[in-house]
Amino acid sequence: MSGPARWRNHPGYGAFVVHRVSGLLLALFLPAHLYVLGLAIEGEAALDSFLRWTEAAPVKLAEAGLALLLAAHLAGGLRLLAIEFLPWTDRQKTLLALAGGFSAFAALLFLLNAL
Amino acid sequence: MSEPRANGPELSVEVWRGRAEGRFQTYRVPLRPSQTVLDVVTYVQRRIDPTLSYRFACRVGMCGSCAMMVNGAPRWTCRTHVARVAKDRRLRLAPLRNLPVIKDLAADMTPFFDKWREAEARFLPSSPRAAATARIPPADPERAAADAAIECIGCGVCHAACDVVAWQPDYLGPAALNRAWTLVNDARDADRRAHLAAVAGDAGCHACHSHQSCATFCPKGLNPTASIAGLKRASALALLAGRL
Repeated sequence: MSGPARWRNHPGYGAFVVHRVSGLLLALFLPAHLYVLGLAIEGEAALDSFLRWTEAAPVKLAEAGLALLLAAHLAGGLRLLAIEFLPWTDRQKTLLALAGGFSAFAALLFLLNAL
Repeated sequence: MSEPRANGPELSVEVWRGRAEGRFQTYRVPLRPSQTVLDVVTYVQRRIDPTLSYRFACRVGMCGSCAMMVNGAPRWTCRTHVARVAKDRRLRLAPLRNLPVIKDLAADMTPFFDKWREAEARFLPSSPRAAATARIPPADPERAAADAAIECIGCGVCHAACDVVAWQPDYLGPAALNRAWTLVNDARDADRRAHLAAVAGDAGCHACHSHQSCATFCPKGLNPTASIAGLKRASALALLAGRL
């Protein structure tokens, strides 16, 4: 009834969405991660074969996306802990910018190392 | 009553008619300089459709009666200028979100104020009325924390802006928790631990996701998110110290 959800149009809500979505995507990735670790138990050949596949450029690019998700979730989580356990600061947008900058930096660093 | 013909620029105003079930009805309202959204609603009710229900009292941002959803955001309508929120000359007005609708633009504030009671958000005097006035330095950190949160007018804008209120109906909400924070910091209160205990449960401060929508839309410029963060810290410390 209230029309477009403009009460969500502000940076703090955007940070919440990034934190929630990155957390869900990481949770979805976790079974794949555990499966790969499980390959090591099955035998060296199976793991090596998979690791060769991960050397492909598209997979490295996807891994950079994963690094971005991890960094964004970590930075967003630290921001929330700062809100909840440190004295309040009105520089919330600065904290958001720092979290975003850290995430982008971490993903780019991963990509540079991978190339 | 028929709609008066206007010369000059007009606003197209969609207004919610009905209760939980209803529809938007469109009215044409003359555009005026320095016009507030409340002016527009009043024009519709007095000049076009007297069956329209809405609520207001002071018209100057003191009473907290006239809040509504304006183009999808909660606003105090008496101090929201049309020029600021309707640049395309279109307004969509609905009753405050997260509350039952009585009729048209009038929301039922009962659940909102019930939550203040559930949060024990009322002052508990520690000395009789005849006692000398308590002397509290304005610079005292607790007083400063309470002062920062004290000017709430109970308009319900933060309650309507909060998604946690929508997702968890028993959540006490930003206004009640903000009030509780002022009492936890009030040296004159007789049982500050009781205020903290009332807001430390599942429906209390720890349910807040720190979206900061309450702080973004509070028309008085208060920051309930900061107050709730204070309650989170205070209740965690009280728990560690065995006081909760």
